[in-house]
Amino acid sequence: MLSISLATFVLQVRNQLNQHLEKNIKPFDMVIGAKGSPLQLVLSSVLHIDNPTGNIPFKEALKISKNPMVKEITAVSYGDNYKGVRILGTPIEYLTKYNAKLREGKLYEKPFEVVIGNYVAKKNNLSVGDTFVSAHGLAENELEKHNEKPFVVTGILKPTGLIIDDLIITNLESIWEVHEHEDEHIHHEEEHDEQREVTSLLVKFRNPIGALQMSGHINKNTTMQAALPKFEIERLMKFLGIGFKTINGIAIAILLVAGLSIFFNLIKTVRERKQELALLRTYGANTLQLVKLVFLEALFLSLLGSVLGWLIGRISLWFFSTFAQNLYGYHFVFSPPNNRELIVLILVILTTLLAAILASLSLFKLNVSKTISNA
Amino acid sequence: MIQTSSLEFTYQGREKCTLSFPDIDLPPQEDLLILGPSGIGKTTLLHLLAGLLPPKGGDVFISNTCINKLTRKQLDCFRGQHIGLIFQRPYFVRSLTLLENLNIREQLSKKKKDLYRREELVEQLGLSNLQNKRIHQLSEGQQQRLSIALGVIHKPKVILADEPTSNLDDINCEKVIRLLKKEAQICKSNLVIITHDHRVKTHFDNHLVL
Repeated sequence: MLSISLATFVLQVRNQLNQHLEKNIKPFDMVIGAKGSPLQLVLSSVLHIDNPTGNIPFKEALKISKNPMVKEITAVSYGDNYKGVRILGTPIEYLTKYNAKLREGKLYEKPFEVVIGNYVAKKNNLSVGDTFVSAHGLAENELEKHNEKPFVVTGILKPTGLIIDDLIITNLESIWEVHEHEDEHIHHEEEHDEQREVTSLLVKFRNPIGALQMSGHINKNTTMQAALPKFEIERLMKFLGIGFKTINGIAIAILLVAGLSIFFNLIKTVRERKQELALLRTYGANTLQLVKLVFLEALFLSLLGSVLGWLIGRISLWFFSTFAQNLYGYHFVFSPPNNRELIVLILVILTTLLAAILASLSLFKLNVSKTISNA
Repeated sequence: MIQTSSLEFTYQGREKCTLSFPDIDLPPQEDLLILGPSGIGKTTLLHLLAGLLPPKGGDVFISNTCINKLTRKQLDCFRGQHIGLIFQRPYFVRSLTLLENLNIREQLSKKKKDLYRREELVEQLGLSNLQNKRIHQLSEGQQQRLSIALGVIHKPKVILADEPTSNLDDINCEKVIRLLKKEAQICKSNLVIITHDHRVKTHFDNHLVL
């Protein structure tokens, strides 16, 4: 039972993580941001978990969007958070990329209007019309609050199961204005448009070849870097794969041990209940009926164990999910059993049946007379 | 009806010492008391009669069926239908109730279920209000009576009792013997009791001393 919990748990985490990542990176072919680790760039700009690599000038973005291979370009910009939730500055098109629909309210139009993800609304008890002040940076802090400029919630998104459930989304201008306001103390007379920056650009190409060509070009010839989310995530999964493999190995080992313990338990049951089984023989039961009895018991135990194990696996996944949601903004869905879990189930039942076969071998040698009289 | 002829048995691993038993020829509905000191092979003889042990030589006939010539499966079936065993220390399926134990016994005998018979028997043995009790909730005397019920519920042709009174006091001993005799009469069966208990002797005319 324990091993089934573990096995289903690992399988589910991996599956869902894979699906989760795939769904979230799907809308974009390439990310352009400041130089640094490409994986970090993807994690920060697409999945919103790592810190950004830095900022890039907005006018560069405009240049790239003129490239004929580029289908669409979405600029994203970070700067602030509200209680640890990232405030993402981006055009409204960002939402349509993820097919996000409003649950209530309307989309943002002016600076300092925000649309919030479903989970953000639930967690912070925000509803349409509420206002809040942001704090500087991406981590929650009380020190650097932008008290002067509160944000207004204009809309709440329907749950999507995607990363945007855990984001506060506003337009680019809001982010710029919050920080320009600060910057005014330092750079008084500079032309704002010239130095406007975004964190990264999310690019969708007309065809996949464009992505390869352009990423080479950008990495060589500009101060920016281009990263391909698909490629980076594959790399990430390869790293994680080792971990998953280890856990899988442990699960298999536990499965084996569990199989063995089922086997020994069955043999023990047969031995302990030898007298009862012998009694049934004196009642006229034949050996085959006793074998059937042992098999039914084994089958019942393994099925019960599997179902309970699966449930426990799911329940722990649910706990893990709440935990992960708080930390990384990930959450897992309670899904019905999948193929791999069915394979695990079949394996368990086969092990049990094998154990039952071995255990019932002793029934053929059962000496009824001796068992009854030696009590 | 029970008949044996030149019955012999050896224990596995002790092939040298062969137990030979005197021939038995018991007409229908007659009782037999088998007496003898411990270790002489009383229980072995009983198990030979029940088909729980295969004889080394000789034959056992029960109602004109030579049971040592039956196949294993046939023998199990025959035993279920025609033989009722009562043990010195009662055995039950511990996880089941009194009624369920009786049911399983009846079911395995492959005879048609006789609800009237069951009720009557339970009534006679004074177990009526204990039917849904589990085995461990029964007293020793009640367990002994249940074991008699389990031995006779399917109206066997032969009732074989192995030291049924050895653990009982005089009053209960008397009761058990009377019950066994009565049930044997109702079932129209042979009652074979092995014992070293001298209290039992006076109740039976037919003795076989090993």
